[in-house]
This record gives sequence, structure tokens and C-alpha cells, in this order.
Amino acid sequence: MSPAPLLSIRGVKAFYGRIMALKGVDLEVNEGEIVTLIGANGAGKSTLMMTIFGNPRAQDGAIVYGGRDISRLPTHEIARLSIAQSPEGRRIFPRMTVRENLQMGAAVLGGAHYEEDLERVCGLFPRLRERLDQRGGTLSGGEQQMLAIARALMSRPRLLLLDEPSLGLAPLIVKQIFSVIRELNQKEGMTVLLVEQNAFHALRLADRGYIMVNGEITMTGSGADLLRSSEVQAAYLEGGRH
Amino acid sequence: MADFVQQLVNGLTLGSIYGLIAIGYTLVFGIIGMVNFAHGDVFMVSCFIALLLFLFVNAVLGAGAIILSLLIVMVISMGLTGLWGWTIERLAYRPLRGSFRLAPLISAIGISIFLPNLIQVTQGARPKPTPPMVGDVIVLFADGHYEATVSYKQLIIMAVTAGLLAVFWYVVQKTPLGRAQRACEQDRRMAALLGINVDRTISLTFVMGAALAAVAGTLYLLYYGVVSFSDGFVPGIKAFTAAVLGGIGSLPGAVVGGLIIGLVETMWSSYFSIEYKDVAAFGILIIVLIFMPTGLLGRPEVEKV
Repeated sequence: MSPAPLLSIRGVKAFYGRIMALKGVDLEVNEGEIVTLIGANGAGKSTLMMTIFGNPRAQDGAIVYGGRDISRLPTHEIARLSIAQSPEGRRIFPRMTVRENLQMGAAVLGGAHYEEDLERVCGLFPRLRERLDQRGGTLSGGEQQMLAIARALMSRPRLLLLDEPSLGLAPLIVKQIFSVIRELNQKEGMTVLLVEQNAFHALRLADRGYIMVNGEITMTGSGADLLRSSEVQAAYLEGGRH
Repeated sequence: MADFVQQLVNGLTLGSIYGLIAIGYTLVFGIIGMVNFAHGDVFMVSCFIALLLFLFVNAVLGAGAIILSLLIVMVISMGLTGLWGWTIERLAYRPLRGSFRLAPLISAIGISIFLPNLIQVTQGARPKPTPPMVGDVIVLFADGHYEATVSYKQLIIMAVTAGLLAVFWYVVQKTPLGRAQRACEQDRRMAALLGINVDRTISLTFVMGAALAAVAGTLYLLYYGVVSFSDGFVPGIKAFTAAVLGGIGSLPGAVVGGLIIGLVETMWSSYFSIEYKDVAAFGILIIVLIFMPTGLLGRPEVEKV
């Protein structure tokens, strides 16, 4: 028998007002995996990421993390269960310095290992070290993305949710960010759930992938299988390798 | 000349009290974008709390230990008024969060009607005096037969204001609580994703604002020696004006705004007409807002995203 998955989403529905954004989603992430969720704009990928954190709340089904149903917990308590998210749009605190943004990321640990973790994320993203005392709002898009990921890492998560880390960034920076994700997964065994529109990169990186269309999972398989699938190629890899 | 110095001292004293109340407006506006119109009345309630505590503590300790009495009164009053602030937020504002924007404002006006009436019913409509407290003065210099003086009361008021501003500035800038407050101010949803209990942070902000109003209340009582149930409204509006003048959301701005309003009011009363002192204070506000819409130390609204 295989061990229970770290995160298991079963039949989850979520609404924005009266619009059903998630129509019964099933998704699993096992410990140590990189799982990617691919889909077009508005498919409900980011909604799913936020629903895992209870905002909007899952109206049906269950979200089980580490053997515990978290679908009724308030957002800030979910954040204390060593799940971290680098959300859609990065959501850097613009009028706080880079250092303060990182301190906010470490808030759930109450300051334990802060210096050590600061060193570690600055090692992963040396650009941040140069900018520690600069305000978050003055960073470039790529730097903000690095900061968003670094901030999530400051809480020492077991499960890292990354929402479109490549959006709007130059190819070189995308490459750098993806190599950091791979490094975290391979060297530290961090489990990653990655939402992407950049299907080619994401599927090459991931162990497994899910395709989401209109609030439903339509396909699932290993990263390599999905990359070869003609449907995926037609819908998400059109025009070659983005 | 002596007259001018005297008015300067008086204005700074009054301005300190306005500044302390203004911090409560600015903290709450900063974190939830709401003008807490009941804040002036919380200040008035704190004056009564301080009055009752003072009568009690004074009876126990005697008139000799006045500074100690005042200190005890201030600390207990901060706690009790903080509890009022917490309760008001919990009962009148939190249930309306996520409702339409005007709802908590209407609720705040309701509280600001409720509180003076509560005090009028329980404490009576007549102004309540305290026994005389600190009466000594220091003569700064004499000009003919006119002496410019600064009283111990005034020194206490200015010193306490400066000290508390430093403490609260430190809390907001350097402590985890302050960072959580600023995070909630900038992006409440993200703060929750990082494990910040947003509701609790907002509650604590109300408690901090009310505790500072309590300090202002104790100092007001020390300065004027009398308080009535209707004394929340005008100082409340003046302090709100001070917060807007300094740039609402800015902590030093609130104090700077308070000092300016205090000075304008005192100087105007002294050199022009006392009847129009409020017109002068609010007139300054209008002029500043026309030329600097974000106030003196406020930040511009445009942010790079």
C-alpha cells in the first residue's frame, strides 16, 4: 500500500458569488513530488490554490492535508500547518522593505531560525540580498517574483504552492526560477504544487500534471506523458515551445 | 514677546492632547480604511474612567503622591479604555466587515451617540470637577509685568506625548505586531496567507488607539480639571482634523497635525477672536488639503505595481 498523499483534494466545489469556479476537483500531491496544474486563463487554477487556503471556502468535498481535513479551518491557521503559497500576482507588501517582507514570511515560526533562513533564501536568490533594505514596491517584476517565492520559503514549508511564477518574466529569469524549484525539490525533498500557463517548462519539471478546463480536471498523467499527448500539445503547446 | 511664548507653550500642550487622540484615528484608518467616528467619545469615556480612578486612588494614597497617583490612573485607564475599544470593534464593526463601505461608518456614528448618552445617564449631565492636582509653574522669563510660564502640568503633558509617540512608533516599525499591522494595512488577504490572524490584529489596533485616547483623557483631566459627557465631540473632530492634516495613516503626521491645530487655535484665540478659533483650525485644514490632498506627511496614492 502506498502511503497517504500529503495533499488530497476530493470533489471540491467553490463559488465566487453565484458563479461556480470549481466544479468538483480531485487532485493529489504525494510527499516529495512536483505536481503541476495546467490550464488557460480563468480555468480556476488560482481559485483552487486559494481554496486550499480556505478563501474562498470549499463548499463541497474535502481537502485533506497531512491526514487532516483543513477545509473548515480559517486561512491563518492553514498557513500555520507548514503550507506556504506564492500567490497569483505575487502580492508583495509594497511599502515594506524586502527584509520586512521576508520577516512576514517567517511570522508563523515566531522568529525561530530567522537568520539562518534569511541566509538560505539569499543564497537561492542573490539579487534579494542586494535589495534587502529596498521597498518591495520598487523591485522589478522578476525580483518581486523571487521575493514572493523566498517569502514563502521563510516559513519552512513541507508543501509549497506556486501560482504562475513565470508570468510576465524574461525567459532567463524564468529559467533561473525553475532551476531553484528543481533544486528545492531534489536537494531538500520539498513538495511543490505548481500552477502554470507555461505548460512546456512546467511539464518538463513536474513528476505529474493535471489539466484544468472550466473548473474541472480533464486529464492527468506523468509530466512526460502529458507533454507527448496530442490534446495537450494542441491546446497548451501550440506554436512550439514557449 | 512673553505673550507669544506663553501662547506657544499653551498651544503645544493642547496640540499634544489632540495628537494623542489623532493617533487613534490614523491607526484605525490605516488598517481598515474606516474613520472611527466614535473615537472622540471613547476619549470622553476615558476622561470619566480617569476621573473616577483618580478620586479613588487619591483617597487611598493621599494628595502627596500625586505623580504616583496619576501614573496608576493612567495605566489602569489605558487598560479599561482599551477594553472599551476592543468591545466596540467586536460588537459594532467586526460583524459589518465585508458589508458595504458606509455600514461601519453609520455604526460608528451610532456608538458616538450611545456613549455620551450612557455617560449622561450614569454620571449626570453636569460637568465633573477633579480636586486640584499639579499647580506649580516655572517662570520662563518676565517681560514688564507679564510673565511667560510653563506649568508642571504642561511639561508632563508634552513629555508623556513625546515618550508615547516614541514607544508606539517603535512598536509599529520594529515589532512583529507592528509588522503584522502594516501587512494587514497593505494586503489583508496576503497577511492571512502568511499566518497572520487579521481579526486579532485589527482588534489590537483598536485597543492601541483606545489606550492612547485614555492617555489623552488622563492628561486632559489633569490640564482642565473638569469633564462633561459632551466633551468627546469637539476634541474628537479636532483630532480627526489633525490626523487628516498630518496625512491620515501616518503616525508622526497625526502628532504634527495635532500640534499645528493646537497652535493655530491658541494663537488665533490670543491675537484675533476666541469665537472664531475653530474656524481658524478648520480653515487651515481646508487650505492644506487644497494644496496637499494627502496631508503634510501622507503618502501619495500612486504605487508601482
